[in-house]
Amino acid sequence: MPDKVRIRITVNGTRHDLLTEPRTLLADLLRGDLALPGTHLGCEQGVCGACTVLVDDVATRSCLVFAAQLDGSSVRTVESLAGADGTLHPIQQAFTQEHGLQCGFCTPGMLMGACELLERVPEPDREDVEEALGGNLCRCTGYQNIVRSVCAAGRLMADEKTEQSGVRA
Amino acid sequence: MSIVEEPVTETRRWVGQSVARKEDPKLLTGRAGYIGDVVLPGMLHGAVLRSPHAHARIVSIDTSEAEALPGVVVVLTGAAAAELVDPMPAFCAEPVEQRAIAVDRVRYPGEAVAAVAATDRYTAEDACAKIRVEYELLPALVDPVAAMEPSATRVHETLDSNVVFHRSLDWGDVDGDLARAHTVVRSSARWHRMGAHPIETAGAVASWDPYGQSMTVYSNSNFINFLPWAFAGILRVSTNRLRMIPCTVGGSFGSKHLITKVVSITGALSKACGRPVQYLEDRTDNVAANDNVGCDRIYDAELALAEDGEMLGLVLRIIDDYGAYFQFAHGQHGNAVAQPVGPYRIGSLRYDVSCVLTNKVQQGFFRGAGADPGNFILERLVDKAALEMGIDRVELRRRNFIRPEQFPYKIPTGNVYDSGDYEAVLDRALEIAGLDRWREEQERLRAEGRYLGIGLASCQERSGYNASEWWFLYGDEAPLPATSTPESCKIDVDAMGGVRATIGCPLWGNSPETVVGQVVAEEFGIDPSSVSVAYADSTSGAISAGPGGSRVTIMLSGATRGAARTVKDKMIRVAASAMEMDPEDVECVEGVFRAKGAPGTSMTMAEVAMRAHLFNDGTSEAESSGLVAVHTYDHPYFTPPTADRSDLGAFYPMVSHACHIPIVEVDPETGQVTLRAYYVVNDCGTVMNPALVEGQVIGGIVQGIGAALMEEYRYGASDGELETPTFREYLLPSMHEVPEIVLEHLETPSPFTEYGVKGAGEGGRLVAPTAIASAVDDALRPLGVWVDELPMTPERVVGMVADAQGRR
Repeated sequence: MPDKVRIRITVNGTRHDLLTEPRTLLADLLRGDLALPGTHLGCEQGVCGACTVLVDDVATRSCLVFAAQLDGSSVRTVESLAGADGTLHPIQQAFTQEHGLQCGFCTPGMLMGACELLERVPEPDREDVEEALGGNLCRCTGYQNIVRSVCAAGRLMADEKTEQSGVRA
Repeated sequence: MSIVEEPVTETRRWVGQSVARKEDPKLLTGRAGYIGDVVLPGMLHGAVLRSPHAHARIVSIDTSEAEALPGVVVVLTGAAAAELVDPMPAFCAEPVEQRAIAVDRVRYPGEAVAAVAATDRYTAEDACAKIRVEYELLPALVDPVAAMEPSATRVHETLDSNVVFHRSLDWGDVDGDLARAHTVVRSSARWHRMGAHPIETAGAVASWDPYGQSMTVYSNSNFINFLPWAFAGILRVSTNRLRMIPCTVGGSFGSKHLITKVVSITGALSKACGRPVQYLEDRTDNVAANDNVGCDRIYDAELALAEDGEMLGLVLRIIDDYGAYFQFAHGQHGNAVAQPVGPYRIGSLRYDVSCVLTNKVQQGFFRGAGADPGNFILERLVDKAALEMGIDRVELRRRNFIRPEQFPYKIPTGNVYDSGDYEAVLDRALEIAGLDRWREEQERLRAEGRYLGIGLASCQERSGYNASEWWFLYGDEAPLPATSTPESCKIDVDAMGGVRATIGCPLWGNSPETVVGQVVAEEFGIDPSSVSVAYADSTSGAISAGPGGSRVTIMLSGATRGAARTVKDKMIRVAASAMEMDPEDVECVEGVFRAKGAPGTSMTMAEVAMRAHLFNDGTSEAESSGLVAVHTYDHPYFTPPTADRSDLGAFYPMVSHACHIPIVEVDPETGQVTLRAYYVVNDCGTVMNPALVEGQVIGGIVQGIGAALMEEYRYGASDGELETPTFREYLLPSMHEVPEIVLEHLETPSPFTEYGVKGAGEGGRLVAPTAIASAVDDALRPLGVWVDELPMTPERVVGMVADAQGRR
């Protein structure tokens, strides 16, 4: 077994200084060493997208990346979205309002993919969502409500912004 | 049975509303507790070595290198595992033994050959790679028709033939109907095997206690509270020393009812080392070896019609490729005969089925469970009859629909349909589809050399299954008695008035917590968000067949309503005693117990609950303190099959119905089928929660799009090797394949169930494949194409066009 490598990685705002096997996948580091089970493994072949997380703000299949590649990186998982008091992130609120999930297994990947999209395109339309999440598989919902959820999340976030700026004014 | 008597006009506050889903917050935040999230102290991780070959003798297995690897705790061959665990339970008497890890011979590609437990999954997989297996290849049986030949190699040497089951049954005067028919339409059709493929694979954590001789198993199986004794049998544990704990399940669609092989492998590893072991299938384990494969049928079918288009009789001759084992027997055909005649008044039926063994993974259950190809073949025959007889396909259906006043309606096999208004569903579907507009568009595009097609299918969704279907076709003697197939709910109201429901079924991706919350809220008049719902493990005594056969909302409604009413009635008696009134004069309204007609005198839930818990004054001599009730709701309407099978009894009598109208465009050059629009009218009785039912129906339709256009297990014709072991080869629909689906509901409540609910979990997939086939036909009518095989992949469509044009 090759020597372990040292990585410094920030996950959901917490800095970690870790020793890991060179072959440890990011998904396994998150689920195992860091005890963050929200990132799900559906295929471990990069096809289904359930394990999508944000690496330096870019949606990334965590089953296709070695943790050792990410020294100095910042990772966000589904655990970063909701507040500690249980307040759901607007994207999560939109998914529950629009019934954009059933079994929930693909959902963290959808949410993180949506997160990246909404940071780039604040109010996406159907085509934008298909472009961004077309590679994420869901076997339950038939996608219609996922598309609606992501579009609704954009509107919710825009409304929140307006409210906040209103308060400031 | 009992007919539930309640006025349809009953005012309901929560049943029928799109109540927010209770399950969502934990699912949205990654805290739902799937099997992969279970971590026990000292837990090891399993991996499985699988056969690359379809059929081979295992000459030798050398595990020494694997055992020498640091971190490896145990390596089990099939022979070693057989010392610890027993073969899979079978659902009928055919003697086909299946072990979770093969002994001496592998019979399908992906069959387990050895298993490893190690300190981490990486090491376990390294160890699998170091196991040396020597195989002697045997001829692979891939084609079920060839496998039926007496000279064919046998999949199991203990059997005389690969035809493991054959039965032909007539109901009504089939020969007479064929003889007097004006037209007999014939169709050969092929429905290929597809898999459920939930995004979460199957898995288990088993923990063997050698001192107590007891086993604890966490898993994503559904049957932990239905057949826990069957798992105890495999694991060689006393039934009362096995504890099965449910996990949140990342989708199933029928595939995780049992997962006996996964539980057996995990249990054997734990027994071998006395430590907790987790084994999670990887994707290829799941595709290749999970029992999540649906039907694989060749049909030779005939529909006999009178001159005016009246449907007289139906003949279905079926060869069904079951793969290498027969664990779940002919349940898929028991299921199919719940609705073989669809929504039509067809008077006679011949059902002739041969179940054939080949070198493929065995069939399990997948959404539709046998009725899916049944709908496909029937609607294909109806469309063909319309074409051959020159009767409009809509008109032909109208003429033959069972009429609203004919319900409850007994079909030839003995099953009963509870209620429906099929013509109203059809009319509304035609209306929302705007058929005239699409016909104009079709004309316009044809002038441009483009091929638009309008599909139509009117199909049944039998719901609320009765487990009798698994075995009532078997044997010549009287079948087992009909099965109650129950579901339980426990409701307790604590001393402060908090309501908790505990249910026996796991969370499978549907919404049991929400449904239970709605029903409790309805009965007590409280807010559903205040109700807490928990899941029972197998030590609770709850009996639960869980989700499957579109039953769980029907059954949970009955179980929850029964338990809620028992507790509420006791609370009424306690409140009446406290208020010195007759219980007859007390009612519960919005969580308050008050005098009927005199709302001034009242007690809150909490006041009544505290009194019942701590200050029970002996309201009645028979009543002790506390507020808890378990209600086990048996299947609401079933009758026993007769010994000669001339009447299989009512076993699947809550029958939903839908009409689907998909619009497709087909490119005959490339074979590409594109869905342009999709219209559905669905009738599943009283809609418990419109948003959730819509989710089920649309999700099912998209699986049906997969069935129609993409999904298929492929095996090498000569070597039998699996050519679709990952999602790169086995294609699932993505966002790109899905059109906007327009859905409406009509409601004909069931007279047999609480609130009149019927099932809705499978309907989308039960109807979409045949509707899309009909649309492709309609598109390619100018080219003379007739679709009789799914999925309609680009290659197959190009082939069908070539055949129709005589170019091949």
